[in-house]
Amino acid sequence: MIPAGFDYVRPQSLEDAISALAEGGEDARPLAGGHSLLPLMKLRFAAPSLLVDLQSLPGLSGVQRENGTLRVGALTRHAELQEAGLGVISETAHKIADQQVRNRGTIGGSLAHGDPASDWPTLLLTYEGSVTVQGPDGQRVIAAADLFEDYLTTSVRHGEIVTEARLPTLDGFGGAYEKFARRAEDWAMVGVLAVVKESDGVVEDVRIGLTHMASTPLRARAAEQALKGKPLDAESIAAAAEHAAEGTDPPADLNATGEYKRHLARVLTRRALMRAAGIEG
Amino acid sequence: MTSVGTPLKRKEDPRLITGRGNYTDDMALPGMLHAAFVRSDEAHARITVDATGAREHEGILAVFTGEDIDVAAPMPMAWVPPGIEVNTPERWPLARGEVNHVGDPIALVLGRSRAEVADAVGDVIVAYDVLPVVTDPEVALESGSPLVHEALGTNRSHEWSLGGGDIDAGFAAADVVIERRIVNPRIAGAPIEPRSAIADFRAGELTLWSSTQVPHFVRLFMAIVLGTSEDKVRVIAPDVGGGFGAKLQFCAEEVAVSWASRKLGRPVKWTETRADHMATCHHGRDQIAYVRMGATRDGKITALHVKIIADFGAYFGMLTPTIPSLGAFVMTGVYDIPAVKTDIVGAFTNKCMTDAVRGAGRPEATHLIEVCIDQLAAELDIDRLELRRRNFIAADSFPHEVAYGVVYDSGNYQGTLDRLLEHFDHGAFIEEQARLREHGVYRGVGFSTYTEICGLAPSRVTGPEGFGLQTGLWESAVVRVHPTGAVTVFTGTSGHGQGHDTVFAQIAADRLGVSPEVVEVVHGDTGTGPMGLGTYGSRSMAVGGESIARAAERVAEKAKRIVAHQLEAAPEDIEVAEGTFRVRGTDKGMALAEISGIAHVRPELLPDGMEPALEEHAFYDPENFVFPFGAHACEVEVDVETGKVTVRSYAAVDDCGNPINPMLIDGQVHGGITHGIGQALYEHIAYNDAGQLVTGTLVDYALATAAEVPSFVTDRTVTPSPVNSLGVKGIGEAGTIASSAAVVNAVIDALRPLGVSYIDMPCTPLRVWTAIQEARP
Amino acid sequence: MPVTIRVTVNGDERVAEVAPRDLLVHTLRDELGLTGTHIGCDTSSCGACTVHLDGEAVKSCTVLSVQADGHEVTTIEGLAGADGELHPLQQGFWEQHGVQCGFCTPGMIMAAADLLARNPNPTEEEIRHGLEGNLCRCTGYHNIVKAVQHAAAVQAPAEVTA
Repeated sequence: MIPAGFDYVRPQSLEDAISALAEGGEDARPLAGGHSLLPLMKLRFAAPSLLVDLQSLPGLSGVQRENGTLRVGALTRHAELQEAGLGVISETAHKIADQQVRNRGTIGGSLAHGDPASDWPTLLLTYEGSVTVQGPDGQRVIAAADLFEDYLTTSVRHGEIVTEARLPTLDGFGGAYEKFARRAEDWAMVGVLAVVKESDGVVEDVRIGLTHMASTPLRARAAEQALKGKPLDAESIAAAAEHAAEGTDPPADLNATGEYKRHLARVLTRRALMRAAGIEG
Repeated sequence: MTSVGTPLKRKEDPRLITGRGNYTDDMALPGMLHAAFVRSDEAHARITVDATGAREHEGILAVFTGEDIDVAAPMPMAWVPPGIEVNTPERWPLARGEVNHVGDPIALVLGRSRAEVADAVGDVIVAYDVLPVVTDPEVALESGSPLVHEALGTNRSHEWSLGGGDIDAGFAAADVVIERRIVNPRIAGAPIEPRSAIADFRAGELTLWSSTQVPHFVRLFMAIVLGTSEDKVRVIAPDVGGGFGAKLQFCAEEVAVSWASRKLGRPVKWTETRADHMATCHHGRDQIAYVRMGATRDGKITALHVKIIADFGAYFGMLTPTIPSLGAFVMTGVYDIPAVKTDIVGAFTNKCMTDAVRGAGRPEATHLIEVCIDQLAAELDIDRLELRRRNFIAADSFPHEVAYGVVYDSGNYQGTLDRLLEHFDHGAFIEEQARLREHGVYRGVGFSTYTEICGLAPSRVTGPEGFGLQTGLWESAVVRVHPTGAVTVFTGTSGHGQGHDTVFAQIAADRLGVSPEVVEVVHGDTGTGPMGLGTYGSRSMAVGGESIARAAERVAEKAKRIVAHQLEAAPEDIEVAEGTFRVRGTDKGMALAEISGIAHVRPELLPDGMEPALEEHAFYDPENFVFPFGAHACEVEVDVETGKVTVRSYAAVDDCGNPINPMLIDGQVHGGITHGIGQALYEHIAYNDAGQLVTGTLVDYALATAAEVPSFVTDRTVTPSPVNSLGVKGIGEAGTIASSAAVVNAVIDALRPLGVSYIDMPCTPLRVWTAIQEARP
Repeated sequence: MPVTIRVTVNGDERVAEVAPRDLLVHTLRDELGLTGTHIGCDTSSCGACTVHLDGEAVKSCTVLSVQADGHEVTTIEGLAGADGELHPLQQGFWEQHGVQCGFCTPGMIMAAADLLARNPNPTEEEIRHGLEGNLCRCTGYHNIVKAVQHAAAVQAPAEVTA
């Protein structure tokens, strides 16, 4: 399995990278860790004419905390986040594929790729974060809700490069990511990421994201609504979780019917919320 | 200081742990071309091929299609059962005008580099005139179904039966008859090393390096298909990265690249991609069994009838139609059942062919027997282990002829079960199980008490006049002592991970009074040593090892005569002890190096009439099969909300006769169990109704990783086989044969309180969850 | 268009002419003759191609050779000491019979080395999860786990003194 031929450049600055992409035409693609793009290229599902390797671009890696926001450089590898002590962010990183993949794959690459079975898109959507992109027309910020358009399709335009992901620190929230897969290294059959904040004995804020329940990550709005303002206890959580699959119509595959995935979404939502709330299940 | 029976560290490991193994794809020859195959995208179609674009591609030297490859004979199948007609579809190295499954090879592209060849494959234009597809073997056997092979006029390959005892009387005597349809799904052998071959045809002779379990078979068949003779073909299996039956095949691709090497006068390398492997290397299992088991109210099994519909896919490989019959040979399992009958029907479908995968027929048989014993126990409300005990063939009745005439060599089934229960506290488990259920935690234990038939094979039983294989299945060995006392053992078996270099050295070393360190084992090369038959069917120790023991004994006998002559003693007074051939009761003796020195350098000192040198061979054809056996227990926990099954613990007590190297036996058991757990829970080759493979990568085809299995408890009992002088049986397949039933029985045990009584493999979360939903009142 | 890359492989600077599409595993095997690194799948699943890139385990089938330009690669051939002394993991795989056919072994050892670098005293569960990117069809992983435990025990005193 060998990719089709292509040209390769490794620019040293963001400006040069953007120029290279522009000059490369519509089949030029940026290359970060390569763990979304290269597998597709090996199977010849993708055949870019030019790869613009971002590895030498300065300042695109690492995590900075800034006024209640985490600025995560696009080239930050899953492995760095896995060990960064960032709660559910680190938990999510740890649950991606296997260590070798985590050592190479980047959060920016994963978000730009927009695979609904992958984990970062769900986290970004649930956190109501954003990505910053830089292109020939300058910088823009894309809110998570506007980023994921369809299967493997994001609103990052051709010629743009994701430079960072911004995530609110969600101080005072508890969080958990329940990823269900046949084997530990697999893509999520269904995943549920929940963050919840309690105040004065009731749920002040709760956000629930669903992995692989549609062609994009989803929010389980009905379940969130059902829990908001309720006591953060097992009973409320169980009741809210029953709404987790409302409005979803997940595609079936060999290992899961749509009905089964909807069931999993409900079960995993309950479990994620219980864990996020610190309640023994 | 005998070596046999000790856990000697493997001789082959130093090179393998330092990256200095030598697998086929590691090699390159000057001027070598790379090969890739254009494969069918359709499950059934007439084809026309336009290779013009590919031929013009940069770096491409040739593109060949089906008719170009003008071999002397079609791909062989080695079974002609007396009195039974087997419909055999013609198969050529490349499809000729029609493809019959996704992945069927259509064209061979040859070029300078891997990458250029990969590019050019996409430029071979295949026009498909699509034909109707059938993928379900039961549908395939219905009249009016699309025919996979129009020329055969049927999708039925053959019917074959094996039985004994009065089956009608047996069922008439039964108070209870359980019936169960059991699907044993299609799986892949999936060695981690993909298949690979390098063909170098020069000066009228072919050298073929191949990642194969059976170099001698490949040589024989290659000579036939290429229209040459065996002496013009040398097949070398270098380090082989696992086989599991997948490499017990004579591959169309090997023929195509060998033919192309002859045609172009250049060496040609082919290494398959994983996608190729999943789609086109033969699969295994894929049987549907209709089981009827009759028993008296007090739990004595009176009759067993099994009808097997075997899905062979589109073609026959070397042994395809024989595989379900191997299961019929052990259909009674470890039980004394007076009447047993197995009826097999083979079906062609538009899928990749099936053939041997680890266990080959015996896992299917063992799975259905062991699952049905549990089903019967539930029906009779008798404890599962007690029901087994009431039906075990008694330990004092061996050799034991079962109802259909197969003679089990030795066994002690109660013994392995008793030993197992020393490792698994069944009573404590049951208490814990009940306690946890009250908290919504569902655990189960499953047992499997099994025997298998291995040590393939007594040729008079399996040969043309018997079962119908068109070959003997004996084995060869040469033991050569060099002038300085180093020893080389040549074996006709062909190891691919089992540790032959080590265990065979142990066997020879003890008989020659030397350390295994000085014994080199040579296998997998038809250009060295005599013809042999390869490695499969857990035969290497029981047949290959015995051959080595016999050849080594002959060397030792000659050495004793030399020593006796030198030391003026009687040959019968010479013993091998403490590293020397010595006169019994004295400290007079000679080391092997001295003896060999005389035999080679000073032949005038040999007894009158004795030939010089110190080398003997043996060809061993066993009198009977050998029958390893054992008892396994698997403990699972089922997340009843999601249907996910976790294997919590696994204990196995196996009896493979006298252990040669216990460490290696444990290793075989570990791998076999994991293979069986994989089949029970994860692995499934799936096609959709259009015949498209939907598990074509290792992303979709789920092999268990380290995270899915526990550490295992293993133990042994030792019941020597009377069949061979080593007293050995076999162990390569035992774990796989035993384990799938233990896992499935455990899942069912966990879920019985929820009303679940049966689940087919693989017990995926979806299937388990669905079974729980369907069982709800 | 061929590209010249400079990669420090097992401590030696190596120069190779590669095409941009050449995978690191192919360059290691075909150009640099380091055939201890194997290829078992097409989908970054099996881990047989695992090497270290700048000290971390990666699947060299999912790294372009040009991406490795200017970096350090360690393969199984570079793991033993210069005097041939086996790495503790290599010892462990030998002692504990963690090897059968040997095809997954180099990748498994390189992945295990990453695991022990992150976590010198892993539990069995941590070992099993740490190796989830590597498939073995022969051993059932039982003795691979023991091999890693063996290496951890051998390395532990060194960790303390270092």
